[in-house]
Amino acid sequence: MDLSRFNLITIATPLVLGAGVLLVMLVDLLSGRANRRPAQLAALAVVLAAAAVCLATWNTGGVSFFGQVSGDGFASFFNLIFLAVAFLVILAGPAYLERNAIHFGEYYSLVLVSVMGMAFMAAGTNLLVIFLGLETMSLALYVLAGFNPARQSSNEASLKYLLLGSFATGFLVFGIALVYGQIGSTDLARFSAYLAGAGDPFAGYMGAGVALLLIGLTFKMAVVPFHFWSPDVYDGAPTVVSAFMSAAPKAAAFAAALRIFYAPAESLGLPWERILWILAALTMTVGNLSALNQASIKRMLAYSSVAHAGYLLLGILAGNELGAAGILFYLASYVFMNVGAFTVAWMVNRRGEGRYDLGDFAQLGFRRPLLAAMMSVFMLGLIGIPPLAGFFGKLYVFTAAVQAGYVWLVVIAVLNSAVSVFYYLRVMVIMYMRENEALKDVDRIPATFAAVAACALMVILLGLIPGSVLDVARAAVASMP
Amino acid sequence: MEAFFFLLLAVVSIFSGLMVILQKSPVASVLFLVLTLVCVAALFVMLSAPFIAAIQVIIYAGAIMVLFLFVLMLLNLQRFTEGAWSRFQITGVVVAAVLAVVTALLLRAVPLPADSGFLRETPGLGSVEAVGLSLFTEYLLPFEIASFLLLAGIIGAVILSRRRP
Amino acid sequence: MIISLNHYLVLAALLFSIGVAGVLTRRNAIIIFASIELMMNAVNLAFVAFARHWGDVGGQIFVFFIIAVAAAEVAVGLAIIVVLFRHRETVNIDKVNLLKW
Repeated sequence: MDLSRFNLITIATPLVLGAGVLLVMLVDLLSGRANRRPAQLAALAVVLAAAAVCLATWNTGGVSFFGQVSGDGFASFFNLIFLAVAFLVILAGPAYLERNAIHFGEYYSLVLVSVMGMAFMAAGTNLLVIFLGLETMSLALYVLAGFNPARQSSNEASLKYLLLGSFATGFLVFGIALVYGQIGSTDLARFSAYLAGAGDPFAGYMGAGVALLLIGLTFKMAVVPFHFWSPDVYDGAPTVVSAFMSAAPKAAAFAAALRIFYAPAESLGLPWERILWILAALTMTVGNLSALNQASIKRMLAYSSVAHAGYLLLGILAGNELGAAGILFYLASYVFMNVGAFTVAWMVNRRGEGRYDLGDFAQLGFRRPLLAAMMSVFMLGLIGIPPLAGFFGKLYVFTAAVQAGYVWLVVIAVLNSAVSVFYYLRVMVIMYMRENEALKDVDRIPATFAAVAACALMVILLGLIPGSVLDVARAAVASMP
Repeated sequence: MEAFFFLLLAVVSIFSGLMVILQKSPVASVLFLVLTLVCVAALFVMLSAPFIAAIQVIIYAGAIMVLFLFVLMLLNLQRFTEGAWSRFQITGVVVAAVLAVVTALLLRAVPLPADSGFLRETPGLGSVEAVGLSLFTEYLLPFEIASFLLLAGIIGAVILSRRRP
Repeated sequence: MIISLNHYLVLAALLFSIGVAGVLTRRNAIIIFASIELMMNAVNLAFVAFARHWGDVGGQIFVFFIIAVAAAEVAVGLAIIVVLFRHRETVNIDKVNLLKW
């Protein structure tokens, strides 16, 4: 048999992660009952090693394993995003887990397994690999959402996530089945070749197939009308997990969507554009309007992440290179803002796990000026204030949409951004203006603080050098087979 | 002959499928699900997929359904019943009915390609040899990903069911 | 009467819709889960029918993986349901009222 068909370079990063999962479990097993530090350090080392491998093999893979995966720059770019998120939540996590008495080594192995699944979602060039990557990721997330079995809301969040997630998976695989029925293969190259050559792209089983595929994927992205699970799940899950869930899986879902639909977007034509147009407009509007009157910071951030999925859909709808590269840039900045904001949310939480009130932020600006300043960076970044990274993400995606002729949708998006100013700024107003709350001081947690600082730094840094990062993203998009 | 068996299996599987969602008792519901699974396995055999049919009976109807029944017996869930239907549930029935009609009509309307391999059997399709060979060549990578998927499942089941100290 | 591909697909669509109806109407978490298995099973039937149509083993392999995924999901899902039961002595998601559907 020809072994050159199995080019391990293409899957080097997920391979390191897979080995890392086993290593972390072993280290955790050997390091005694009460000590979780070795497992955490091992997990951090694994993430760093994977990142090093990812950089070393950047865009060198090519398609391998009988066309199942492609180790191109696109996969490398997303791998770096996932690994950054994993690093941050592993670095920040222990303090939260200790506080809730749920510090188990499995946290680290589950995060790594889930990132491995995401890596296959970004690298898969066959619907089967994308499906298996998605399920590996989701399975680990269902468990992470219920990682605090002593808390009922955590348990309910995981049950809800699992039932609705498997329900959506049913639609996704039915969609894949119909696509397979039409073209006789689950290979994505065959999929786009078929659509490019077909007179009517939705003839036969393809129309229903693409529709069901879209339902399955938009569920994972938390796009309206399939978003309703996300506020409850983010709210009920342990907050470190919410930080992870709102950032990395969303990026992975968009990676998979780009893999599947970027090349054939043009041949899908008008019905496709109309549906995406409506989905994007609905998602932004519903997400932002629902975020307006949330008293809980976790729910507010959950709805804000729904709104951001709407902005990101603009990039897919645009279907041009800037749109896709804009999504990559947007996600690279979005994950840092979201992880940072969720982490600050649990750092300042002083009323116990059950209550995440915006009032917790009162006086933060005077008591912990640095933390408050970083939270302000995240909020301003999420609004999209220049010169922060969030601004350029929006700028690229919106410009791409205008270039593709969706001026009205961009108008809606800009109006939505204006609405979002209200609820993001409210956090800052509370931090710097409200005085009457007598709450105990916020704990000082160096590792977690470092993670938040890294997030803030990245949001600023990406805003300083947006052009060069966008060039990398463009090259990544162009490297897709 | 084939038509007779198809119709028989179709009717039984739809009937038992309906029973899955109509039964009050979860145990009865799961047992009807086993019946559906066995019917579908028989259809797999008719569709020249004997290996998948065996997997379906052993893993699905065997292992997974035993897990279901085990949990039901463990929790002794017989005594729980459900209340009256809400507006949401009625909407659910309507949605599902529309979905059934639309997909059935859509699929029915698709003209069959002239050279469908459906009527002339492809020799060797679905034999253990054919499935095994492609599983360890073309589908080697998905096979290995699935091992990590199952690992995630194992870790998850262990961590979730661990009792608090 | 000759049984064609579309007969199998219509059967799969009906089974799928029955599963969807079960998920949307039942309130017992275990029955919802069984309904999801019903949906997966309908998908498997469609895949195997298409595999025969194309004379390609790929569709059957996909079913193999769907079964593996379903097994893992059931293991995790039932563990979650057992934890839920320990908390509240119920598996009815209506009574799970901290988070709204």
